[in-house]
Amino acid sequence: MTNDKYTQKLMGTVVSMTRITADAWDMVIECPEAAKKAVPGQFAHLLPEGNFSLRRPISICGIGKEAGTLRIVFEVRGEGTKALAALRSGDCVNLLAPLGHGFTLLEPERRVILIGGGIGTPPMLPLAQYYRENAVCICGSRTEKAAVLQDDFKQTGAQTILCTDDGSAGVHGLVTAPLADALSENRPDMIYACGPMPMLRAVAAMAKEQGIPCEVSLEERMGCGVGACLVCACNIYLNDGEIHAAHVCKDGPVFDAERVVW
Amino acid sequence: MADLSVRICGVEFKNPIIPASGVFGYGREYAQFYDLSRLGGIAAKGTTPKKQNGNPAPRIAETPAGILNSVGLQNPGMDAFLTEELPWLLQQDTVILANFAGASPELCAESAAKLDRTDVQMLELNISCPNVKNGGLAFGADPKTAAGMVKAVRAATKKPLVVKLSPNVTDITEIARAVEAEGADAVSLINTLLGMRIDLRSRRPILRNNTGGLSGPAVFPVAVRMVWQVANTVKIPVIGMGGVQSGKDAAELMMAGASAVQVGTAIVADPYAPLRIIDELNDWLDENGIATAAELTHTVKAW
Repeated sequence: MTNDKYTQKLMGTVVSMTRITADAWDMVIECPEAAKKAVPGQFAHLLPEGNFSLRRPISICGIGKEAGTLRIVFEVRGEGTKALAALRSGDCVNLLAPLGHGFTLLEPERRVILIGGGIGTPPMLPLAQYYRENAVCICGSRTEKAAVLQDDFKQTGAQTILCTDDGSAGVHGLVTAPLADALSENRPDMIYACGPMPMLRAVAAMAKEQGIPCEVSLEERMGCGVGACLVCACNIYLNDGEIHAAHVCKDGPVFDAERVVW
Repeated sequence: MADLSVRICGVEFKNPIIPASGVFGYGREYAQFYDLSRLGGIAAKGTTPKKQNGNPAPRIAETPAGILNSVGLQNPGMDAFLTEELPWLLQQDTVILANFAGASPELCAESAAKLDRTDVQMLELNISCPNVKNGGLAFGADPKTAAGMVKAVRAATKKPLVVKLSPNVTDITEIARAVEAEGADAVSLINTLLGMRIDLRSRRPILRNNTGGLSGPAVFPVAVRMVWQVANTVKIPVIGMGGVQSGKDAAELMMAGASAVQVGTAIVADPYAPLRIIDELNDWLDENGIATAAELTHTVKAW
């Protein structure tokens, strides 16, 4: 990798790297400038060391304002994330951060529901830390062993519900059943969700039916991360109802669920 | 400190490095990273007569030493470009190449006429986009249709006209000769090479458009070859591009025949790539005791 004066501007230092499940890694990066600006829902765009033409967008799951750190949890899915997982404490990492628009934050005493599916769970953590006991956090996972950050969520004081596809822990089934229960118990002021598209679609539909504001964090294969190359398109409705190809990196990753063309 | 300035069709560039059309939007996103006046020029995002939403996502896939993209000319349309983007771009103290495309020679001529009434320094006519059905490669793959397109556009503008060529042709020199004959002032090449990747698990192409344009270091040798062949064929200047990653790559493409060099894919991963390449080119010229970048052009001693 080139290490010229320009690249140095983008360099952070790995503070810690921990394997938290068979596929998921928890990385803390020292990058004071980025940490100063970051808000919940934004992402970091990491360039793995080696022959990679593209960065990897990973949502931010912890913002250490005082320590000047960002925390990310990511799954190894291919060669790029494998190279990122090979980084160790003290290594340099090339990142653009923070990027994109984050979640809309209400007053912290408002009641909210957080829905995280699989590796879409981590960006919910800063929201749980913000709303604390006023948040109900519903996480979906294939199996107990693949669930991420459950202790972190519990520590926030949020009510935490884990759902597993195989029933190995918590509720056996999808996040939508506990969501329906939570909605009937106490109407929240906002629902936030990140995870697989079918889950987001279902959550958005339930929110719409009850007239509850809902924000979703979307994922798409990404290029530059700053809104210039226009590859990470997602269709949204403009004010006049016209369908517009917005971009996950710059217009998102967080969108008002009502705007998304599901 | 070498003299990096180059002159193409009477237009002075501070240096020969130009972000290529498509990766740089209309410049605003990168103005947060650095002063755009440091760039030799900017080839603005390809603009069509009317707003286009482009192709469905996924529009990008990583490949060995490159990327495939199928954006499909998403842009806000020529009138929005002229009112909302170009005035700002023209304040950036660098050469602006207005890249444009359209579904017919008449529509392209209309856009050219509109651009002719602005202060934009150069027009870059795109007849080589592999990702749109009408108005892209449809015109660039055949010398006759390419000539017809350039003839119509030439009649509509007195500004320097660069024609961007596709590598997805049997003989790129024929196309270059045809557009030169109709009055193109320069040619730029290469646009992307048509490619495809398939996800083994789903048996689906990774790109929703099935196919897309390949760019990045993987195509660099193809670019060097085609720039050389075209420079050997036409008398008008050649602007080279295709997988340039370093100052040495830029020097190589210039030796092959390029008067200036566009940088595309390198910027997708590294916003600072053009600045780094400018510095590296300067260092390489200094190390080799070469006083000016311009004297590199077409100096390859072919066997």
